[in-house]
Amino acid sequence: MQAGWHIVVLTVTGVVILAAQTPANRALATFPAQQRAPGDPALIERGKTLYSISCQGCHGADLRGGDPGGPNLLRSQVVLSDQDGELILPIIQGARQSTGMPAVSMTAADVKATATFIHSVVATAKGQGAPPDAGIAPTTILVGDATEGQRYFAAKCSNCHSVTGDLQGIATRYPDPKLLQNRWVAGGGGGRGATSDRRTVTVKVTKPSGEVLEGRLVRIDDFLVTVANPDGSLTTVRRDGDKPKVEVTDPMQAHRDLLAVYTDKNMHDVTAYLVTVK
Amino acid sequence: MLPTLPVLFAAWLALPALLLAQGGGLEPSDILKPLKDTWPTYNGDYTGRRYSALTQIDQSTVKNLTLAWFSKVTAGPGGRGGRVIVGGEGSGDFPPGTASFKASALEVDGTLYISTPDNAWAIDARDGRELWHYFWKTRGSTHIANRGLAMWHSYLYMETPDNYLVSLDSKTGKERWHKEIADLAQQYFSTPAPVVIGNHVIAGTGNDIDAPGFLSSFDPETGDLQWKHYTVPMKPGDAGLDTWSSLDRAQHGGAQTWIPGAYDPETNLYIFGTGNPTPAYTVGRGEGDNLFTCSLIAVNVDTGKMAWYFQTSPHDMHDWDSAQTPVLVDGMFNGKPRKLALTASRNGYFFVVDRVTGEHLITSKYGKDTNWSTGLNKFGGPARNPEKDPTVTGSIVSPTAGGTINWEPPAFSPEAGLFYTAEGNGYSIFYLTDLDPRGSMGLGGKEEVSIGSGGSFLTAIDYQTGKIVWRHAYPQGSGGGGGLLTTAGKVLFAGDGGGNIVAHDVFTGNPLWHAKTGNVTNAPQTYMLDDHQYLLVATGDTLWSFLLY
Repeated sequence: MQAGWHIVVLTVTGVVILAAQTPANRALATFPAQQRAPGDPALIERGKTLYSISCQGCHGADLRGGDPGGPNLLRSQVVLSDQDGELILPIIQGARQSTGMPAVSMTAADVKATATFIHSVVATAKGQGAPPDAGIAPTTILVGDATEGQRYFAAKCSNCHSVTGDLQGIATRYPDPKLLQNRWVAGGGGGRGATSDRRTVTVKVTKPSGEVLEGRLVRIDDFLVTVANPDGSLTTVRRDGDKPKVEVTDPMQAHRDLLAVYTDKNMHDVTAYLVTVK
Repeated sequence: MLPTLPVLFAAWLALPALLLAQGGGLEPSDILKPLKDTWPTYNGDYTGRRYSALTQIDQSTVKNLTLAWFSKVTAGPGGRGGRVIVGGEGSGDFPPGTASFKASALEVDGTLYISTPDNAWAIDARDGRELWHYFWKTRGSTHIANRGLAMWHSYLYMETPDNYLVSLDSKTGKERWHKEIADLAQQYFSTPAPVVIGNHVIAGTGNDIDAPGFLSSFDPETGDLQWKHYTVPMKPGDAGLDTWSSLDRAQHGGAQTWIPGAYDPETNLYIFGTGNPTPAYTVGRGEGDNLFTCSLIAVNVDTGKMAWYFQTSPHDMHDWDSAQTPVLVDGMFNGKPRKLALTASRNGYFFVVDRVTGEHLITSKYGKDTNWSTGLNKFGGPARNPEKDPTVTGSIVSPTAGGTINWEPPAFSPEAGLFYTAEGNGYSIFYLTDLDPRGSMGLGGKEEVSIGSGGSFLTAIDYQTGKIVWRHAYPQGSGGGGGLLTTAGKVLFAGDGGGNIVAHDVFTGNPLWHAKTGNVTNAPQTYMLDDHQYLLVATGDTLWSFLLY
């Protein structure tokens, strides 16, 4: 997959950012499967019945293929290129018997109805080739050992965090264990009230003259650093190698450093522990 | 060494000749020359090194670079400046969006040719003036990027998101013909810059819904298809079929061809990378390696027949396309001269292979935080740790699906013997969200949650050992811009994370010069005009041209 504006990223806030706009006008949708006009509901209903009788056994109720080897129709190149059953008809009539698709006795009108139903399902597919629905969605992510998690928390997290302090009631604030896991691993949203201060990146700039600037880091690259002064004004200082001396303090650095340290089991155990902190 | 004409005399001689030649076109054989005065193909030349032999801009003169001009384009039929030539098969209702250059420009005879999805421009390289603008009315598709144009004599070639190869007259921007590369109904979308090699226009494409990848070659005069090479097995008996659970799965296995490749004239091989297998994140492809996804592939340019392959991400489970342009280097290896192909993959690993035979020589980890492999497989590729596949309970993985590097072209300096790439060390939790034993489709069946980064670097790798020689850390943001450029002036150009175009020392990575243009979105380029060396970069819809007086 190519990177760019249409990537769907689930952020730590749990909000799905879907940068690709959903066009109000069907004709402006990305691909023909989504651009086609909706089929006649009565025809779709008839096609659904026909599909359930003649096709579903091999191709699955959800069209994603079946145990007897019927291929996935949601991504079938024949289905995607078909307009009105014209490409599907010869296959139903036996054009692919050599590769295991039996001839099915159906009238051309029935094939058209079945194709209309198939296209109505394909049109509901999600972006980037994803099917309409999760075939089998998992029920929970919780597998960890809460006791192990408590031990790990005491060793690695308790220098900065406490379940009776800043993390008190975290499982109540994040009742979904997956969201809770995402939040604590990324180091987001745990604090009470003082959250923004705890996450602020600060910088200390010591000029050769000895003058010191200190405050919130606004931006930094190899050439400039901008400091928000205590009075709210901004000062930008030129950098030339290691002059002036620039010291950045990022309270979240400890969280990032731990990303290379956690095993997946550590993460699952700590999550199992934190879901008990209600 | 060749005798050098006095500079002033050369300038006097060259100026009228260049003026006369403006719009005169490009001999295909010109692309065989080492990259120097012009920029006639996506990577500058066929090696993919993005190394210019120009020396006017060097480590001491680079600080004297001056802004020549900047120029902003407007996508769509309205355009700005010059007249707009409109083509295309669509209704014209699809919104043109804002232009953002990820393409490399061609620079031939004082004219720049550059593109964004559905749009191509000719721009006067001396003053940034728009000479013509071609707009393609699309039928839909994914408008994610366009990597640029190709040129054959006075004709240009562009791929459109709705999968046409469009040929334009370079002098007027008028369309000559358009030919379909791939079927939009099957949800292909095309972003590559075509590559002209002799009498071939090589065009790749892309797809997210489990369609087979392929590379096509077209006749530059007529647009007729010359050959089509599928990158996954398509029929019984095809090579690699035993690495899939069934022929149907192989035929829906992906391996898209969405970044231009490199070309070795001695072997007549076009060498390119392929994309991820599909479904990308779930079961549904068997336990095999899923050839020829995430692979370097060499095909004969005249026949499209595969000569060799090397798989860089066997049975990939994180959408880590290995489509990156390989870099062809003739260099010493274990004390002997050798013809090599180098690539830094999206999965955090760097590879060196013999480009004549495909023999694997080096695999090394260049992603500092890369954590998904248990070691090397029997072919020398990184073996996946199944525990780092997307799991119901969540797996912490670096890099992210976006990769340690993505499409952004790397560069190579023969003086330093170093291969350069941007290196991102993002972490994500990958959750499996669909337990269906039939597998999901496309990029479905997972959630990816970004949880932080181990840092962003400009990284130099010794191709003889695979070891990292230096890392230049970006203090904020993601560096590397839209790719890299090196020159014989021993300068390495890259966008940084702070909205600067930066010149670095090729030996140390130390910054030598910078200008704040805003975030660089394509790979820097260089060429010679009127005896002055230029530097060209894009920031979104704006081109910035610097020169040395």
